[in-house]
Amino acid sequence: MLNYAWLILLFPLLGLLTNLIFGRWLRDELIGWIASTAVFLSFLVVIGLFIALLGLPAGERQYQLLLWHWMRVDLFRADVKLLIDPLSVVMGLVVTGIGFLIHVYAIGYMKGDQRVQRFFVFMNFFILAMLTLVFANNFILLYVGWEGVGLASYLLIGFWFEKPSAAEAGKKAFLVNRVGDFGMALAIMWIFKLSGRVEFLDIAKNIQALAPEATAITLLLLLAVTGKSAQIPLYIWLPDAMEGPTPVSALIHAATMVTAGVYLIARTAAIFMLSPFTMTLVATIGVVTAFFAATMAMAQVDLKRILAYSTISQIGYMVLGVGVGAFSAGIFHLVTHAFFKALLFLGAGAVMHAFHGELDIRKMGGLRRKMPQTFWTFAIAAAALAGLPPFAGFFSKDEILWSAWLHSPWMWALGLLTAFMTAYYSTRAVVVPFMGKPRDKHLYEHAHEVSSVMTIPLWLLAAGALFGGLLGLPHISLIGHWLEPVFASVSAGGEAAGGSLEWIFMGISALVVLAGIGTAYYAYMVNTAFPQQFRRSLGFIDNLVQHKWYVDELYMAVIVHPLWDLGGWFADVFDRKVIDGAVNGLAWVTDEIGGGVRKLQTGLVGWYAFSLFLGAVLLLGYFMLIW
Amino acid sequence: MSLNAIPLLSVIMFLPLLGALIVLILPGEENQKWWSLLVTTVTFLLSLALFFYWKDGEAGFQFVERYAWIPQLGIDYHLGVDGISLFLVLLTTFLGPLTILFSWDIKDRLKTYLFLMLLQETGVIGVFVSLDMVLFYLFWELTLIPMYFLIGLWGGPRRVYAAVKFFIYTMLGSTLMIIAILALRYFYGSFDFVDLLNGKGLPATVQLAFFIAFALAFAIKVPLFPFHTWLPDAHVQAPTAGSVVLAGVLLKMGTYGLVRFCLPLFPAATKQMVPVMMTLAIVGILYAALVALRQKDLKGLVAYSSIAHLGFVVLGIFALNPSGISGAVLQMVNHGVSTGGLFFLVGMLYHRAHRRMLDDFGGLWKQLPIFGAFFLVIMLSSAGLPGLNGFVGEFNILIGAFKANKIAALFATAGIIFAAWYLLYAFRQVMEGPLDKPENKLLPDLNAREIIILASLVAVILLIGLFPNIFFAKINPSVLELVHFVKIHAAPVLITPLPTQ
Repeated sequence: MLNYAWLILLFPLLGLLTNLIFGRWLRDELIGWIASTAVFLSFLVVIGLFIALLGLPAGERQYQLLLWHWMRVDLFRADVKLLIDPLSVVMGLVVTGIGFLIHVYAIGYMKGDQRVQRFFVFMNFFILAMLTLVFANNFILLYVGWEGVGLASYLLIGFWFEKPSAAEAGKKAFLVNRVGDFGMALAIMWIFKLSGRVEFLDIAKNIQALAPEATAITLLLLLAVTGKSAQIPLYIWLPDAMEGPTPVSALIHAATMVTAGVYLIARTAAIFMLSPFTMTLVATIGVVTAFFAATMAMAQVDLKRILAYSTISQIGYMVLGVGVGAFSAGIFHLVTHAFFKALLFLGAGAVMHAFHGELDIRKMGGLRRKMPQTFWTFAIAAAALAGLPPFAGFFSKDEILWSAWLHSPWMWALGLLTAFMTAYYSTRAVVVPFMGKPRDKHLYEHAHEVSSVMTIPLWLLAAGALFGGLLGLPHISLIGHWLEPVFASVSAGGEAAGGSLEWIFMGISALVVLAGIGTAYYAYMVNTAFPQQFRRSLGFIDNLVQHKWYVDELYMAVIVHPLWDLGGWFADVFDRKVIDGAVNGLAWVTDEIGGGVRKLQTGLVGWYAFSLFLGAVLLLGYFMLIW
Repeated sequence: MSLNAIPLLSVIMFLPLLGALIVLILPGEENQKWWSLLVTTVTFLLSLALFFYWKDGEAGFQFVERYAWIPQLGIDYHLGVDGISLFLVLLTTFLGPLTILFSWDIKDRLKTYLFLMLLQETGVIGVFVSLDMVLFYLFWELTLIPMYFLIGLWGGPRRVYAAVKFFIYTMLGSTLMIIAILALRYFYGSFDFVDLLNGKGLPATVQLAFFIAFALAFAIKVPLFPFHTWLPDAHVQAPTAGSVVLAGVLLKMGTYGLVRFCLPLFPAATKQMVPVMMTLAIVGILYAALVALRQKDLKGLVAYSSIAHLGFVVLGIFALNPSGISGAVLQMVNHGVSTGGLFFLVGMLYHRAHRRMLDDFGGLWKQLPIFGAFFLVIMLSSAGLPGLNGFVGEFNILIGAFKANKIAALFATAGIIFAAWYLLYAFRQVMEGPLDKPENKLLPDLNAREIIILASLVAVILLIGLFPNIFFAKINPSVLELVHFVKIHAAPVLITPLPTQ
């Protein structure tokens, strides 16, 4: 089975080529099913790989498959080569499994759009790129997937490119990610220079070669992580990315692509562990991002934007997890988050679908009665996001918080505060649109439940959000054991420990979550004047939060505008006046001096020969012109 | 089949010239066009024989032809290709038929136009295969004439200014070069490149003088910052096929010259000049990218992007290690395909709309979906997206540059952010947003002829991007040898010049 691993890439490739070439003659629905089937077949292959690995002893669950020699220059050898191990298989299952459900959902969601063919070609391309990223055995191939998913993201955010905001958002996403990729590219060069290798396993074997420069290398990798996974300081593209169709938000900007940064840290854990400084920074960025994004999520009124900030915040938890060395906890949260956040987005998409694109939660209300299936699945997902036991998010988040405590109490405390805020905004996202009374009668009248091609994926994801936590119950963590061989060399201490203290902390988390839910319920169902009063009491902080802490404005003022103006000065003044001016001045001077001098009499035979030749050609040209 | 019996390089080189002469006597414009297409296509197919009969793993020159030409002056007719020039020859012959296909609609003085295009091809191939310095120089100058007329006669409103500027700039460089070539003979007693290689080294100061003379000629051609200001004018005024040839192959003569002549002939000076050349390359990368960002004319944007991209090539060359130089050699080909492709695209757009300013467009993707798809792929290849050709060259260059100098690599890598910026900006302004200008709602999408042109380019983009080893396998041996050669000869030698024969 393992040597058929290349099939996981083949199916999405076939799907996209089929739709690309023949799509114009196919019905939209068929195009959607072709694309979905392609992803489903890949899913089956990954399951096959999973079973094949299970059949091996834990220590030997690692298989590399060379497809072809890609580029080899001197010592630099980058091949198209796959790595199948517990980590890549877990990611592969998430990408293809959830990817398949979202593809199916999109058949219903994109119905009637004028460019369904293009949509599914891009979606399959995304799956192809994401699987390349996940199964790459070396940095260069990973980089292909890394930028490939960025391209898919760019194309799908700007899918409705007629809309200027969508086109701008796509461009912004790509460019911000390019800043991250800059870090990745430099890190790869550095690693290659020190170790002479680009394959992960080779690098790990000779990891000490990187030790002298490990901090610089990991900081560069971290830059890439903050770009792709939307962490401080490069998170700014993700909220705008909500311009894309909602299935895209669910698949790319919630469940899979944005978690690639977490995957990257896990994949290169051996390198990160060389630098305690970077690890502390990773954890700090994670927890601070989790907190700040949560503050912004609390202030948004657009349902998708609430979820977008929530995604940034949740990835912050994952980054915190891997930053404190709890790699499998980070991956565990990645998996559960993929389920519930994809589900939340698809639920939001269903609401949008029913509301003709309206996303302002202040215009919603009472949707529970019109859209019961959407409501229940959305509520399950929100409970998982809030971290309410026994939903999936509770276990995974709690494991991260526990690891954070072992590392540094203040990170745990900030994480816990964030948990409160998470519970608050999750509850708000359910209560305001779905419960209470309709706020906009007209919109409410037109709302309706979505078709079964959309609700079935919702329920399947809901099952994941409900039971996904079972994968990682404390002390009998299936996912932890499964990933153990991958992190064996780097998990000295950290995740173990435990005892009764861990149960107490779990109780504290649960209480905090309940408090958050209670507060939100009070604020939006019981005393609806409370949110306004609360905001007024915050004063200028409220203003900061409403304007997303002015980070976008800061970047524009400090980086983008100066470069733009500098380019303008170069183009209009320096190039035209200074350089060309100097050239023209030189020409003028030469002309003046050379006026009387017979420059051509250089006495060189070759010069005469050339002049002869030149003259002949010019004459020929002249004759041709008058001919 | 015994290839030694056939002077393959001569055939490939002179076939376009022969075709050019026949065009002059061929009656009927249709005949002339089809004939030119036939000649360039056959030339391309013949040049593929170089690839398929290549002896892999050999570093030296292959398909060598050598006859005494003007024995009195010691000038030989000496041709040959190695891994460094092979793909530049193929690039030239590959772009040949595409530029003819593009020029199908030329009405004005078609015969002369085709004549010049074919003449140009012979000149460029000659440059890449000549192993005698005088022969090289003759072909170098030969390429100048057709381009001068192509810009001056079929160009835009400021064509005369642009053509003269192009001519004077290049002549300035060439003059220095011919003086240097003659002086080389004074020192070595030969015009032959292989003799020069095997000759004794020169004192460091002498090397430096030679290096500067040659490098200046080449730097103007590339063009390297700050010798670049002729290029945007030339490009903006040139007809599309002229721009494609200019960007695709003519500029490569500069980078090729640096690798072929400056490095091995003046190794000590090369070493000494590395900081200068790297700095100019990096300044060019960043500067040209920012200028590209502020162009209002799409063609100007592509022209400046070309300067930025060739900065990468120069950077790779002066990394003086296998990654850098192999990457640079491949990147020359990539640039020809990608930037050539961008110029084709701009030309196709201009042909339809008779406008080219970024502000003239918006939302064209809706109206021109096929054009949009090609634009997207070629733009991404130019932006160095992994999986496409540009990445392979660029990344190897950066690997090499990083090995040579971390700071250089740091700045150059920042260039990939800027590249994405101006390209995506152009795509955003032209293809995305609302299709709100009524005149753009009538533009027809690509026709079959145009699709053939662009699909050929995209095929190469994917081939190099996914299977670059096909190319590296042939490039690497020559590059390794060159690097080795430069390394052992970099220590300056003190000898006295040979007396002239």
